[in-house]
Amino acid sequence: MSEAAKGTGKKVPKKFLYVNRKAPYGTIYALEALEVVLIGAAFDQDVSLAFLDDGVFQLANGQDTKGIGMKKFANTYRALGDYGVTKFYVEKESLQSRGLTLGDLQEITYEDENDDFKEKPSIILVSRAELSEVMAQQDVVLSF
Amino acid sequence: MKFSILVNEGPYTHQASDTALQFTRAVLAKGHEVMRVFFYHDGVNVGSRLTVPPQDDRNLQKSWSDLAEEHKLDLVVCIAAAQRRGILDEGEAKRHGKGEGAANLAPGFRISGLGQLIEMGIESDRLVVFGD
Repeated sequence: MSEAAKGTGKKVPKKFLYVNRKAPYGTIYALEALEVVLIGAAFDQDVSLAFLDDGVFQLANGQDTKGIGMKKFANTYRALGDYGVTKFYVEKESLQSRGLTLGDLQEITYEDENDDFKEKPSIILVSRAELSEVMAQQDVVLSF
Repeated sequence: MKFSILVNEGPYTHQASDTALQFTRAVLAKGHEVMRVFFYHDGVNVGSRLTVPPQDDRNLQKSWSDLAEEHKLDLVVCIAAAQRRGILDEGEAKRHGKGEGAANLAPGFRISGLGQLIEMGIESDRLVVFGD
């Protein structure tokens, strides 16, 4: 836990990381993880998302679920910036081993309220080693 | 130390709810506090009173219900995940017109929202996730 969060008195936001490891369809993990992120956004914590393994497919462009009769929720990721969820760590190795590049992912942006509401990319490409550092900095890691 | 437990897999198919039970017992035995146990994804199925495992197998629902009674544990089943999978308390069974006696939420469990999970992360020293 961060030193700040340990103190008595006023509550300092905790660092929450939601780790997405599964493909968007095939199992319900991605959808129900997103439901947690949406509810969690109301609690004013410091939220980050991580996408690794097949989880990188959750952000893939051009998803079309008509043929499988599943609800498409891919667009919801683009709305998360409005809820203060602006850090999407995507693991490079997971993209590479699946033949994907940043260009295969949706463009996800947020308006930076600390910088004249400039539109900035939410996706942060990180190596596996860098992602492990991000994980080490968290107070709460929820893995799906 | 104040612990919270998240169970993300259902009983018997996965060992996660067994391990979570054993971990929770160990935490309590060491004198720590367990703020809450939250059941999500197929984990909500642990809270069905209608499971009837073979007599020579462990009964996960009963083990959790007994542990909750003994230690006054707060066992929470996620409402959205539970409704998808047919886990209902009396209020929800009535609200959705499922008929008299349809409620199947086991003793010691209660149904509530995902905010309870986020609160666990905020209030606990450690939130431990059990999944696949």
